[in-house]
Amino acid sequence: MTDVKNLEELFQAKVDGELKIEPKDWMPDGYRKNLVRQISQHAHSEVVGMLPEGNWITRAPNLRRKAILLAKIQDEAGHGLYLYSAVETLGTTREKTVDDLLGGKAKYSSIFNYPTLTWADIGAVGWLVDGAAIMNQVMLCRTSYGPYARAMVRICKEESFHQRQGYEIMSVLSKGTPEQREMAQDALNRWWWPSLMMFGPSDANSPHSAQSMKWKIKRQSNDELRQTFIDRTVQQAEVIGLKVPDPKLKWNESTQHYDSGEIDWTEFNNVVAGNGPCNKERLAARNKAHDDGAWVREAAMAYAAKKAKRKAA
Amino acid sequence: MTQQEALFAYCLRRGDDNLILSHRLSEWCGHGPQLEEDIALTNRALDLIGQARNYLQYAGTVEGKQRSEDDLAYLRAERQFMNVKLVEMPNGDYAHTIARCFLYDAWHLPLQQALMNSADEQLAAIAAKAVKEITYQLKTSGDWMIRFGDGTEESHRRAQAALDELWTYTGELFETDEVDAVLVKAGIVPEMGPIKAAFDAKVDAVLNEATLKRPADGFMMTGGRQGKHTEHLGFMLAEMQYLQRAYPGATW
Amino acid sequence: MSENPNNWPLWEVFIQSKRGLDHKHVGSLHAADAQMAIENARDVYTRRQEGQSIWVVPAVAISASQPDDAAMLFDPADDKTYRHPTFYQMPEGAKFI
Repeated sequence: MTDVKNLEELFQAKVDGELKIEPKDWMPDGYRKNLVRQISQHAHSEVVGMLPEGNWITRAPNLRRKAILLAKIQDEAGHGLYLYSAVETLGTTREKTVDDLLGGKAKYSSIFNYPTLTWADIGAVGWLVDGAAIMNQVMLCRTSYGPYARAMVRICKEESFHQRQGYEIMSVLSKGTPEQREMAQDALNRWWWPSLMMFGPSDANSPHSAQSMKWKIKRQSNDELRQTFIDRTVQQAEVIGLKVPDPKLKWNESTQHYDSGEIDWTEFNNVVAGNGPCNKERLAARNKAHDDGAWVREAAMAYAAKKAKRKAA
Repeated sequence: MTQQEALFAYCLRRGDDNLILSHRLSEWCGHGPQLEEDIALTNRALDLIGQARNYLQYAGTVEGKQRSEDDLAYLRAERQFMNVKLVEMPNGDYAHTIARCFLYDAWHLPLQQALMNSADEQLAAIAAKAVKEITYQLKTSGDWMIRFGDGTEESHRRAQAALDELWTYTGELFETDEVDAVLVKAGIVPEMGPIKAAFDAKVDAVLNEATLKRPADGFMMTGGRQGKHTEHLGFMLAEMQYLQRAYPGATW
Repeated sequence: MSENPNNWPLWEVFIQSKRGLDHKHVGSLHAADAQMAIENARDVYTRRQEGQSIWVVPAVAISASQPDDAAMLFDPADDKTYRHPTFYQMPEGAKFI
């Protein structure tokens, strides 16, 4: 019998050799737990993330935008589903994962606890929030756990229109009337910092980061990804004539990156702790959908059982 | 009434039915009873919005006053909407939503199948595309009616209550007036008789399998086709048209 | 595990993207019965014209080989290179072989 230490070494050798870990492989408990935590948080973020955008479906300004927004939010539901499926390959049922969310035990990305106040927020969410998410997701296409990596490849393919449609909204607004321009700038002002927070605490304060890097669950650090996001987004803002709300933002010739101001981690911690503007509403909406749907799920099972019985008879 | 006026009115009716129902269905997005169902219902909303756009674009062309699909959807007032009341009713519980879809689909499919033979090429083309979508929609809404009817006691009760309440709104689907008369004569739209027969046959078959009771054809609501709606439509339009109304002439 | 009997079971989904190709595993979903699983698979996994045929299989019906058996199962094939056409030396000048 191989002992655990030996198994761990074999496991790490596979990871180091860029071999994907598959569901039936032996894996350290910590790896499994870490994955279940991360993938389910990711899944919850997709599903809760439907709500702030859903807030504008019935007020979308024209039929084209309405169809696009519906299709986009539908994609988020699909992405949540792919990710819940990946969690199931680790032996945790969707029921259990979803119960943790509904009971307030599980986390999801704090960004979705911010409200979408104007139509421009739909642009900002697509451009900044999806933009930040994509940075992470592209990295995760190479994550060490096979089912997670495969889900991410599918998600990245579908996600590529999300950021573009958001940027397009912002671009149209910034070329529009003075009110529209103001709306766009205001949305950028409100969403900029929360988007930067999406990459998580800076590397020095990130509790799971080092181990996740060793296991190649994560492949790039929070700060690296955040910096790339800033560099790309500042340029995009310039193109459409919007101003990133950071007085300390400055191009640094020697690093070839933008220097930027400090993130307000107190705000971040507050939102994570449940004191964001919409934490309660988001969770209440998910719980209501789940509770209201209980009789529907039950009816479908009851009918399936009856039908199977009749077929057998 | 000229043929052009009739065709314009007809396109608005078809466009508005689809537009308003898709709007109601879109309200479910993010709130469905199961993630898979959420995705399915949104697909339905997207199909309907696509059909609405086809009709409203064509309505604009027929009218010849340079009105776009968005002018027609966002800048007409309550009394100018020509949809049936059935589609503007609030969603209610999931049984209501499904029952409404089923009743609508059971009428919509034979109607669109017949429109495939329209003398108007554009209407025939719109119908040819829509029929594929509606065939699937009718199948799935019918399947859900059967699941609910023959599922649990609660789902049966809810489905029957939804049917009983919505039934008085089905009469409007089969109303005809001068608009239809002018277009039927020109071979552009079908007679309603065979469509009603197909609707009856489908509804009876599904309700029978679902062990649900078909409500009696008593009093039927009317008015939608003349722009006399329920109080619900005004609120829906206030929400839907808000940006276009608040920022006149802006591009989005 | 205290599974709620009202939860829909898990199905594995296989999609054939084009006629003539294999059905390929794409992921999983939940559905109350096979018909619903096919319909859900259509909505979840073929929104962008990814498929023209769908198979669904209850996840519990799948048996899989164990990673521990991989050496026993697959390594013995390693040295049987005579199963591959490149193993054989053909005389110069022979054609169509």
